[in-house]
Amino acid sequence: MAYFEVKNVSKSFGKTEVLKSIDFSMEKGQVVSIIGSSGSGKTTLLRCINFLCDPDLGEFYLEGEKFFTAGEKLKDKQIREKRMNFGLVFQQFNLFPQYNVKENLCLAPKLLAEEKEDFKEKKQEYFDEIEAHADHLLEQVGLTEKAENYPGELSGGQQQRVAIARALMLSPKILCFDEPTSALDPELTGEVLKVLRELAEKDITMIIVTHEMNFAREISDKVVFMADGVIAEEGEPEEMFSNPKSLRLRAFLAKTE
Amino acid sequence: MSFLEVTSFLFDGFKISMLIFAVTLLCGAPLGLPIAMCSMSKFKPLKYLTKFFVWIVRGIPLMLQIFIFYYVPGLLFDFPIFRYVDDFGAQFGFEDFGRIVSVLMAFVINYACYFSEIYRGGIESISQGQYEAGYVLGMTKSQVFFKVVLKQVIKRIVPPMSNEIITLIKDTALANSIMVAEIIKKAGELASEEQIVWPLFYTGVFYLAFVGLLTILLGKLEKKLSYIKV
Repeated sequence: MAYFEVKNVSKSFGKTEVLKSIDFSMEKGQVVSIIGSSGSGKTTLLRCINFLCDPDLGEFYLEGEKFFTAGEKLKDKQIREKRMNFGLVFQQFNLFPQYNVKENLCLAPKLLAEEKEDFKEKKQEYFDEIEAHADHLLEQVGLTEKAENYPGELSGGQQQRVAIARALMLSPKILCFDEPTSALDPELTGEVLKVLRELAEKDITMIIVTHEMNFAREISDKVVFMADGVIAEEGEPEEMFSNPKSLRLRAFLAKTE
Repeated sequence: MSFLEVTSFLFDGFKISMLIFAVTLLCGAPLGLPIAMCSMSKFKPLKYLTKFFVWIVRGIPLMLQIFIFYYVPGLLFDFPIFRYVDDFGAQFGFEDFGRIVSVLMAFVINYACYFSEIYRGGIESISQGQYEAGYVLGMTKSQVFFKVVLKQVIKRIVPPMSNEIITLIKDTALANSIMVAEIIKKAGELASEEQIVWPLFYTGVFYLAFVGLLTILLGKLEKKLSYIKV
C-alpha cells in the first residue's frame, strides 16, 4: 500500500461540486505536483488534507493505515494530532506579523512542548532544542541573518522561505504547498523554488500545488492534473508534459506556454 | 475669587469628570469584549438580540440614556435612584451618589457598545490565513486567538479606540444634565452665584490639557506597535 492515499474524496460548497471522487496516492519521499486551472479544486484538496475543510465523502490512508474517514466526528485535540502529520505553506505566507522570524518558527513548537508532562523540569532543554532546530532550518533556507527581523521587513521571497522553515519545524510527514510562488514577483520565485529543490533532494515528501509548469516538470516524481473537480490525468512528468493524453491537459498546457 | 481659588474650585469638578472617565474606560472597555463576542456569535438569536441592543444604545442620545437610568427605576419600578442609592452613598460620605451611579451606568453601557463595535471590526479584519497558519502548526483555537490574533487586533484598534477615548473625555460634561457636579456644572455655579463667567471658558483648558496628555500617550502606544505590519 502507498505511503499516503486519498480515496474517493468529494466536497461540495452549496450546489457547487468542487471535488468529485478524487483518488490519488504517493510514496514516501516523492514529490507530487498538482496542476490545473483556477477553480479546478487543487487548493480545496490540499485544504482537506490539512483538515482545514471537511470533505463530504472519502478516506485518507497514511502509512498503510486508515487515517481519516469523512463524516467522522473528531474532537479538536484529535484533529490537531492528525493535522500535525502534515505541514502547509500558504500562497500568502501568513507569517505572524508581531513575531520576529525566529519567534515565528518557535512559537508553535514551544506551545506544544508546554503540553508535555515533564515540561516543568525540562523546559530549558526543550526550548534550547527548539531554538537550535530553528537556527538550523533558517540556515537551510539562507536566512540566518534575518532571525531577528519582523516579517514586515522582509521581501516576499524571504517571507515565503521563513514560512517553509516554519512548516518544517514540526517535521511533518508530508509537506504541502499551496501555490507557494503565486504571490511573488517573478524575480523572487527563483529563491523559493531553490529551497523546494533542496527539500526534494533531501527526500522530503511533498505535495505542491503550482502554476510553475517548468518547475513541476523538473522536480516532480508524479504530476496530477485536475480539471473541474476530477483528476483528469496523472503520471510521470516527462510523459505528461511531452505527451499529454487528454484533450483537457493538452488545452491547459497550450494555454500556459 | 482669585485665579487660584477658581482653579481649585473647578478642579474639584474635574475630579468628578475624571472619575466618570476612568470608570467608563475601566468597566466599558472589558465589557465591550463579551458584547463583541455575542454580536459575532454563530447562535443567531443571541447575535441578533445583541445587534438590536447595540442599535438601541448607539441610536439614542447619551443624555437621554442618563435620564433613563436616573428616572426610569423610580417611575417604573418604584425604586427612585435618588432616594435609595443616595442614602446608600451617604453612609460612606458620598453626596449625590444616585446621580453619579446613574451617569456611570449610562456611560459604561453606552461606551461598551461603541467599544464592542470597534473590537468586532478589529477581530473581523484579521485574515482567515492567520488562523489557518496557527491551526496547521497544531495550535488550539484559544492559542491562535491569544497568541496570534489578539495582538494584531490590538494594533488595529488603537487608532479608533483613541478617538473614542478622546470623545469620552468631553462626553463627561453630559453628567451636567442631571446636576452631577462635574467641572462645567461647577463653572455654572460660579456664574450664577458669584457672577463670574470666565471660569466657564477656562474649563476648556482642563479638557485640552488632559486630551493633550492622552494624545501623547496613545500616540506612543501606536508607535510602539508600528513594527506589526498587518
